[in-house]
Order: sequence, then C-alpha cells, then structure tokens
Amino acid sequence: MKMIKHNRLHLGRPAKAASTWKKCLLTLAASLAIGSAHAADVNTTGLAVTDTTVKVGILHSVTGTMAISETGSVQAEKLAIDQINAMGGVLGRKIEFIQEDGASDWPTFAEKSKKLLVNDKVAAVFGCWTSASRKAVLPIFEQYNGMLYYPTFYEGLEQSPNVIYTGQEATQQIIAGIDWVVKTKGAKSFYLLGSDYIWPRTSNKIARKHIEKLGLSVVGEEYYPLGHTQFNSVINKIKLKKPDVIYAIVVGGSNVAFYKQLKAAGIDMTKEKPLVLTISVTEDEILGIGGENMVGAYAAMKYFQSLPNDNNKKFVADFKAKYGKDIVIGDVTQAAYLGPWLWKAAVEKAGSFDIDKVRAASPGIELTTAPEGYVKVHPNHHLWSKTRIGHARTDGQYDVVFETKDLIEPDPFPKGYQ
Amino acid sequence: MSYQGFGALFPKKEMLGFLVLAIILAVILPLTLDIFRLNLVGKYLTYAFVAVGLVLCWGYGGILSLGQGVFFGLGGYAMAMFLKLEASDPESTKIQSTPGIPDFMDWNQLTELPFFWEPFHSFGFTLAAIILLPCIFGYIIGVAMFKRRVGGVYFAIITQALAAILTILIIGQQGYTGGVNGMTDLRTLHGFDIRTDSAKYFFYFLCVALLFACLFAAQFIRKSKLGRLLVAMRDKEDRVRFSGYDVANFKIFVFCIGGVFAAIGGAMFTLQVGFMSPTLVGIVPSIEMVIFCAVGGRLSIIGAVYGALIVNAAKTSFSESFPELWLFAMGGLFIAVVMAFPNGLAGLYNTYAAPKVDALFAKVFSKKPAVAAAPPPPATPLVNKPVATKTETPVIPQGALHE
Repeated sequence: MKMIKHNRLHLGRPAKAASTWKKCLLTLAASLAIGSAHAADVNTTGLAVTDTTVKVGILHSVTGTMAISETGSVQAEKLAIDQINAMGGVLGRKIEFIQEDGASDWPTFAEKSKKLLVNDKVAAVFGCWTSASRKAVLPIFEQYNGMLYYPTFYEGLEQSPNVIYTGQEATQQIIAGIDWVVKTKGAKSFYLLGSDYIWPRTSNKIARKHIEKLGLSVVGEEYYPLGHTQFNSVINKIKLKKPDVIYAIVVGGSNVAFYKQLKAAGIDMTKEKPLVLTISVTEDEILGIGGENMVGAYAAMKYFQSLPNDNNKKFVADFKAKYGKDIVIGDVTQAAYLGPWLWKAAVEKAGSFDIDKVRAASPGIELTTAPEGYVKVHPNHHLWSKTRIGHARTDGQYDVVFETKDLIEPDPFPKGYQ
Repeated sequence: MSYQGFGALFPKKEMLGFLVLAIILAVILPLTLDIFRLNLVGKYLTYAFVAVGLVLCWGYGGILSLGQGVFFGLGGYAMAMFLKLEASDPESTKIQSTPGIPDFMDWNQLTELPFFWEPFHSFGFTLAAIILLPCIFGYIIGVAMFKRRVGGVYFAIITQALAAILTILIIGQQGYTGGVNGMTDLRTLHGFDIRTDSAKYFFYFLCVALLFACLFAAQFIRKSKLGRLLVAMRDKEDRVRFSGYDVANFKIFVFCIGGVFAAIGGAMFTLQVGFMSPTLVGIVPSIEMVIFCAVGGRLSIIGAVYGALIVNAAKTSFSESFPELWLFAMGGLFIAVVMAFPNGLAGLYNTYAAPKVDALFAKVFSKKPAVAAAPPPPATPLVNKPVATKTETPVIPQGALHE
C-alpha cells in the first residue's frame, strides 16, 4: 500500500530523473503486489507466512527440572517438521521453526508465548508439557488468538478454542485401564496414590468414582509433594491393607524413589500381589527408574514404543536415525509428533493459515499415518484414540498386552465423574 | 520540606542519577519499545522493587535475606486473590459444579469460598493487605530473630527455609491456593480489562511511579540518621548497641520496609503478567533477586534498578537467541560480575565513569561562566562545581538558585 502511494507522488513529478524512479518503483510495487496477493490468499491476518515459508513456534523447557521430560517432545516436533518439509511443506511452504525455552518456569512460558504470537507472528505453536505451563499461556493464546498443540496426557476440565490437545484427557486413560484390570485380573480393591497436584488428584477422583460405580472398593488414597522421596510409610500401609491394585500416579523424580522402595520392601510386581497399574510412567521415566525396578508393572496409556504396527515401526526407525539408536520414545513424545501433522492437515483442509479457519477445519481431521494408529480430532479439540495396557519388561520397554477395540471418545468434562 | 532538607536528601550528583533513570524509564523506553517489550520491562521493574529493598536490608543493614520471594509472593497472591474472585463471577463459572468460586477450588471439590478469601472481595482491603501483610509477617520474623540476636548466615538460612515452607504450603493446599499451577486467567480490575494494550501502558507507568516512590523512601532512609545507624550496625553492631541503641528495632524496621517494597513489586507483577504462581515465591527466585541486587551494586538503590533491568533483559535476549545454552551465559555473567566487580555496576560506575563524568561537567561548567555568566556573584561557580549541570535537567539550576 505504502509503495503504491509513493509511486503516485513520483508520477506527478515532471523531471527526467523521475522516469527511472518511476520504473524502479513500479516494478517494486508490481512485484510486491503479486507477492502479497499470493500470500494474502492464505494468510489474511498478518501471520509470518511468505510465498515460500511459514513460521511456527516450539515452546518447551530445554532447561530446568522439566527439561528431561520435554526434550523428547522437542525432538518429535522437529522430526515431524523435517519430514513435512521433505514432503514439500504445508501449502507449498517450508516450515521454519522458532524455538523458545520455557525454562521450567511458568511466567517464562507466558512471556515466550507472547513473544511468539505478538513479535514473531507464528502460525502455530507446538509446546507446553505441565498443566501449570499450559494454564499460564492459555490466556495469552486466547487474547492474541494463537493455536497451541499440547502433547501431554492431562486432567481434562478444559476445552479452549485455541488449543488442540494431542494427548489423552484423564477419562480416556483411566476408565479403560480400570475396566481392564477388573475384567482380566479380577481386581476388587484399589489403593490410590499420587503426587500432589491437579493431574493426579483429578485423575484419582475419576478413578474413585469409576471404581465405586463398579461396586468395588478404594482402601486408601494418598498424595505426596512433588519431588517427595520417602514412600516407606505408605508402602507399609499398603502391605497392611493388602489391596489388589496399587493405582499409582506419581510423577517425575519421585517415581525413582517409589519403585525402588517398593521393590526393597519385598513387593515383587511380577507376582501381581498387589498388581501395580500406573498412568504416569512412560518409557522415558523408566530410563530413570531402571527396568529392573519396574518390571511387572502395568501402564495404561495410548502409545508404547513397542507397538507392532507399520506406522510405528517407521516412526521408531526415523526417530532413532535422527537422534541415536539408544533413544526411547514415550507416550507424550508420540503425541507431540502428531502436532505438526495435525496442523498441516487442518491448514490444507482450510486452504489457509488463518487461525480461525484452521480452528474451523480442525474437527474431523484424521491421521491414518499416526504411530499410535488412526486418530481423529473431536469437535472438543481432543483426539479420539485407543487406550493400551503395557506390561513392563526388564529392558525398560513395555509389552502391549491389551488394546481397546474402538477409539475412545474424549470427554474433558465427564458427567458423573466430577 | 525546606530547601535544606531537600538538598541534604538529594545531593546534586545523586539527583542526576535519579533524573537519568526517570528519563530512561518514563520517556526513552516507552518511546522506543513496542508494548510487548515495554510490558517485559514492566515485569523486570517489579523485581527492582525487591532489589531496592535488599539494598536497604543487605547493603546498608547487613541483613542478607534469601527469602524475599516470600514477600513478593504475599503481595502478588493478595492481588491475585482479588482479581481471581472478580474473574470467578457465577456467570463465567457456570459450567462448574459450584459456580461463583475460583475454578481451581471447584476442581479440588471445595463447595464454598474459604473464610480467608472473603475479605478479598474488597479492593480497599486487598490494597491494605499488600502493605500490611508483609509488615506483620516481617515484624514477627524480625522479633523472633533479631531480638534473639540471630544474624548473618543463620538469618539467611532461616529466611531461605521460610521461602521453602511457603512454597510447599501453597503447593500442598492447592484447593485454597491454586497449587503448582498458581492463580491464572485473571481478567479485570474493577471491570477494567487488565489484558489490553492500554491497560499495559497504564500499569507500566504506575509501576514506574511506585518504583520512584519506593526509591525516594529508600533515599530518605539512607540519608537520615537511621541510614547512618544502619551502616554503623552493619560495620560494628556491638559498638552501636553499647552506645545505647536498640539494634534489633532498627533491623526489624528495615526488614519490614524491604518486605513492603517486595510486596508492592509482587502486586505489580500480578497486574502486569496476569498470574501468580509458587515458582515466584521459592528459594530460586529469592536468590535471583539477591543476584539482581549484587549485579547492580548492593550499596546503590539506583544500581539495584539497573541490575534488575539488565540481568532480566540479558536473560530474555540470551534465552531467545540460544534456547539451549543461555543458562551457561547467565552463569558466566554472574561469575564475571562477582569476580571482577564485587560492588556491581554501581561500583564500576563510581570507579571508572564517575571521575570522568565529573571532570566533564566541571569542564563544561568552568567554560560556562567565562562565556555567559559574568554578572552572578563569584561564589556561585565554586559552590556549583560538582553540580554537573546538564542542559536537559531543569531542576538543578533551581537548586543552584536556592544556594
């Protein structure tokens, strides 16, 4: 626009020199007009999209206590972006990413997300891991109308128009897991255990309601602060109450202490008396816990590295080719990998990078190439997905012993479980 | 206040420092930065409140507190509680099982507002709480510690423990406090949307104004007899005690003042960033705040503001350019500062820049009367020599007039 204005001004000048100026400016204006017209078709809101590139953001902690968990997500997102670029990009544009460090610090997440949306004008952000970081950036994504692809399994109770949740919400993970342990193992009594924050508490609330609905009993429920390492007293209580199942939602470093102390107290998980069912220990966490301390435990989540389908075999091979053969892939890493692919599919369906159009196009997006199998975006922005039960081996991997027959509908505000 | 009092409070050289800072914060930065960056500067300035309080406590009083995050948190949480209640009206929380209470309470199966939340419906009470809570808390700690002559390293360790305790308390009682997530999704202040750009400008300037109010208060304390007593206590506590002063009372006072400054900073943080969480209360942020103060120079209140600004700006820009390496750069910066310039930026300025600046102004000044100032009485130039009259500063000639 500006260019054209200047041009007119110069046209009015009678001097000889003006002709070269005129030519020069005219060509400039023309090239600009053509260029912008093209980009403007797919980007009417001023996002960082050119004729050949589109900018997206990656926002995870690469420093601080969460770095160990979030690194896998960063790697998966970069791998997906590389693969999409190798296939020709999104709407013919190569994806360029801007990576920011949330530094395991929630105000930093808020600051960086604002930077990505306001200064860098990215078309999408792949990021966050903890609920706290998501809660910190949520008002910013809603205010500046950004799109966040959030990979972690989480507690639900949220449904933002500006977030696509690529991990499972609590009911998907919990109900299938409890149904399985009741049906195949005949479990009657449960001991609920968790780290003390919103995700384990909400999850255990859902678990308790479901267990009680089935007419079974919860014999204990306890929470420990994040980073807690003394589980002897609760292990003694467990030995006393003799539940059929220890339902454990311990997170982070506490896991290492919990499973080692469980073993040291003489509870052999391979004997399944009691049986340990967790929803918080992925292959990534077993690296820290040690396969020999985890063997025999069951985990309920949507993805395990050992899934035998072809998509997953290719994904694992690509991942190892890029990051080394010793790398392990957990549930969240796979969910993070879905983010760029889901975004690509939504943008191509919408024919535009505009956030509003991508949002409108998102429900119903399917991925048949997902490592976990087939997934589909629900109108509530969560994914339809299957839940699997893994049985921990000594080498730190899980054997998949069960998978739900159908995709489970995501239900972030479950009626009767609140 | 009479002119004499004013002159004693702001010796001309220090006046210059205040003016330069005021021009940078109130004119240069708002004109050159976009609202996103300006909002970040506003956030950094909230740490400057803490750093100024630490200059008084640590630099002057010799009380090293590693728990200033506690006070920052008290102020921040008080403000956040008010804003959260306003954001949790029954209309916008109607999907909850108990509408009208903050969302995190609903998730934690609370069915009514806890009693200690009730007063935070009132804005007046909230403002009073931001000032009074840290005072009361600081007073209790102060009496418990200083009356028993606990000081030095022991005091530092205890304050650090307090920061840890408060964090654990907030995280553990998540039904009442929001837990690890903190209080998020704060929207309006008396119906005034705090997330808009105009609100951000408003809070930035409010923050600068409050910071200057704190700086003036700190300057007043420094220049008063109290300030000299603090230095005396820091250097030889027993001598002050034997002269008949109750050392503990002075320490309690300055510790409370530091706490109130930090709480004001915390409240401004909540308003500008839009949420409050326990990560700003704990040991790590508390120590970071001491670092801001040390980098700026622990004997200079102005230096503390620059310290907070520069360290945080460096943090932001390093982490934007090298997301995976920036912590090493920050670590390097701190080591360099402590090893090479133990008195921080202010010390650096005083050693290297100040003499040159003085000489420059002296030169400028000595030229001036030769050119234009024949009529004024001959005594004036001599008195005015260190004034460093800058053409852009209208206040200083006024001071000279009074002389």
